[in-house]
Amino acid sequence: MSKSVPTSRRGILRAGLAAGALLPAASLSARAQGGPDPLITEVQDWASYTGEGVDETPYGLPIHFEADVIRRNVPWLTADPISSINFTPIHALDGTITPAGCAFERHHSGAIELAKPDYRLMINGLVDRPLVFTYADLERFPRHSGVYFCECAANSGMEWAGAQLNGSQYTHGMIHNMEYVGVSLKTLLDEAGIQPEGKWLYVEGADASSNGRSIPLEKALDDCMIAFKANGEALRKEHGYPVRLIVPGWEGNLWVKWLRRIEVTSGPVESREETSKYTDTLDNGISRKWTWVMDAKSVVTAPSPQSPIQHGKGPLVITGLAWSGRGVITRVDVSTDGGKNWQTARLAAPGQRMAMTRFWLEHDWNGEEMLLQSRAIDETGYVQPTKEALRDIRGENSVYHNNGIQTWWVREDGSAENVEVS
Amino acid sequence: MSKCLDAILLSALLATPVLADPLGLGRDALPEEIAAWDVDVMPDGTGLPEGSGDVMTGEEVFLEKCAACHGDFAEGLGNWPPLAGGEDTLDRKDPVKTVGSYWPHLSTVWDYVNRSMPFGQAQLLTPDETYAITAYILYSNYLVEEDFVLSRENFSEIAMPNAEGFIIDDRSDAEYPLFTVEACMQDCKESVEITMHASVIDVTPGEAADEEEASPASNEEEPAVDPELVAAGEKQFNKCKACHMVGEDAQNRVGPVLNGIIGRAAGAVDDYTYSSAMAEAEIIWDDEELRAFLGDPKGFLPGNKMSFPGLKASEDIDAIIAYLRAHP
Repeated sequence: MSKSVPTSRRGILRAGLAAGALLPAASLSARAQGGPDPLITEVQDWASYTGEGVDETPYGLPIHFEADVIRRNVPWLTADPISSINFTPIHALDGTITPAGCAFERHHSGAIELAKPDYRLMINGLVDRPLVFTYADLERFPRHSGVYFCECAANSGMEWAGAQLNGSQYTHGMIHNMEYVGVSLKTLLDEAGIQPEGKWLYVEGADASSNGRSIPLEKALDDCMIAFKANGEALRKEHGYPVRLIVPGWEGNLWVKWLRRIEVTSGPVESREETSKYTDTLDNGISRKWTWVMDAKSVVTAPSPQSPIQHGKGPLVITGLAWSGRGVITRVDVSTDGGKNWQTARLAAPGQRMAMTRFWLEHDWNGEEMLLQSRAIDETGYVQPTKEALRDIRGENSVYHNNGIQTWWVREDGSAENVEVS
Repeated sequence: MSKCLDAILLSALLATPVLADPLGLGRDALPEEIAAWDVDVMPDGTGLPEGSGDVMTGEEVFLEKCAACHGDFAEGLGNWPPLAGGEDTLDRKDPVKTVGSYWPHLSTVWDYVNRSMPFGQAQLLTPDETYAITAYILYSNYLVEEDFVLSRENFSEIAMPNAEGFIIDDRSDAEYPLFTVEACMQDCKESVEITMHASVIDVTPGEAADEEEASPASNEEEPAVDPELVAAGEKQFNKCKACHMVGEDAQNRVGPVLNGIIGRAAGAVDDYTYSSAMAEAEIIWDDEELRAFLGDPKGFLPGNKMSFPGLKASEDIDAIIAYLRAHP
């Protein structure tokens, strides 16, 4: 063990020198910055005294230095936090998985506490055998898993009429992306036996809003699942503990939390959330209904208004997220000049179906202003449109499904603002 | 060849198990269990229970259970949604979407009221109360006369004004062909100008200009009432009216009644459900405390229910306090 230390120390020294040859002199010259760094030359407390023992936080929380990486709401947006939404701090995350503790919440009558022993799931309607399952029953079915994004249809909805909120958390944070484990809906429906007249499902939650939506049976049998775990842990209360519905690629309102009932029906119920809400009014007053699919979309998460450039000129990683409810993200382009010219970014990993994809673009920033944009392309060849292109078709009266290209104006000092460009 | 074999093996490993037969998990749902939960109502009225309700009864129930958020005439209060009005606004900027102007099916109203309302006391209404509330909402939208009685029998006769106002998602025709073309990479525009700044409207939480420092009360004595200031306060109080009443016949609404607030202990109005933060706060509402609270309600007492963001100008706060002082 001790023998390897000098070797590795020399190795580090060599690596440092090699890297130094490529770096501008200024960032290497410690002497020019006032001499040796006391964080290196002096023994720090953390190098002498012990830290916390195990079990200090048995479940664990982020270190307090990251206390600003939290969900936030916009108080003026809704009448009451019990029926409201908050926003994922996407500006401060990397990779693709959203930690459950900061994944956005949307409740219609608040996040309820429903214990596993009290949980019941009913399947009724046009089925051979109306059934009731306990939570323990559900765990005995063959498991199913998948990584999927869940996006509120109103994500970016405040931007329909123009740039309004500063920060990707607020403009694009009604989204999270988690790895779910549960049971495929098809498995459960097979257990009850769907009758030939059954063409739709009505899915309903156990909370006071008993939020319910109609889903065509075809989608339910294709890839929907009921999940009891997300990112390896039990669902959080605010995400539907103990069981929620997963509807890959479709608007978040269908992902019913605290799922208590699945009714097989011959037609849609046309409940409140699918008629008066989550319908899209066009310029001419006619509204689209059943706009379930979330179209391809992307956003630069850094640099952005909440994540300004603080290191000055030189190497800069431009990063962001892309997703499509119609399948795999195949390409993301980034523009630094407001959409005049584009470069194709690097995908952190090949896109996954209906899951978020991380993109990175290594950029040498010369300190000039930038008008940063990203543009997602999915496997159907769909190219994320500009906001203007969407407005040309839909007008500005909608609240939902704004997947237009976002622009951040990055100033010379590295700060950024939400703007729109010609 | 081997690659192909790998793919087959891989897909076999990843595939969802195919179930030939049910596993026999779960138990039969009893009829009374299904009846308890299966209460949704279809557009043709399927699922409606026996019962009826008239407009006048509906008005009473509505005033008691719904008006605190939706207004006495279903016109909406503050950020709570209006249920009436909004005719001919759907093709204009900021359309007003109400039951009358927007909802395509009456079944949706009945179903939503029955299952999800009143907010905070859901699933407790009787069928007759739900019929009555629905009848009153129809009346508020000038869709029925005041002697109207809604029942399961005549339910499907009601035509909703915007029933024909919906089309099924047509993005695949209207948008996808336009947005599925080769993406331009170089010299895609001649020029780029910034056309809009988010900072202009300055609505981002935490980004707003710092709240003005509330000037501390310098006079310990009871200040004299300044009629002009009270009048200004009455104007300012419009911002509070969505939730609070003051004056003769004032009652608790979304927020507690504010008569006699000056000098009263926090959380002291009977029959009003305070947040635990407010109920437990040991505060006497004097000028100083009110000033701090009105300037930054959330910051003053984290966890309290008041959703109002606060008054920026100290003269507005002075005016409100003067107005409240005039209502002992």
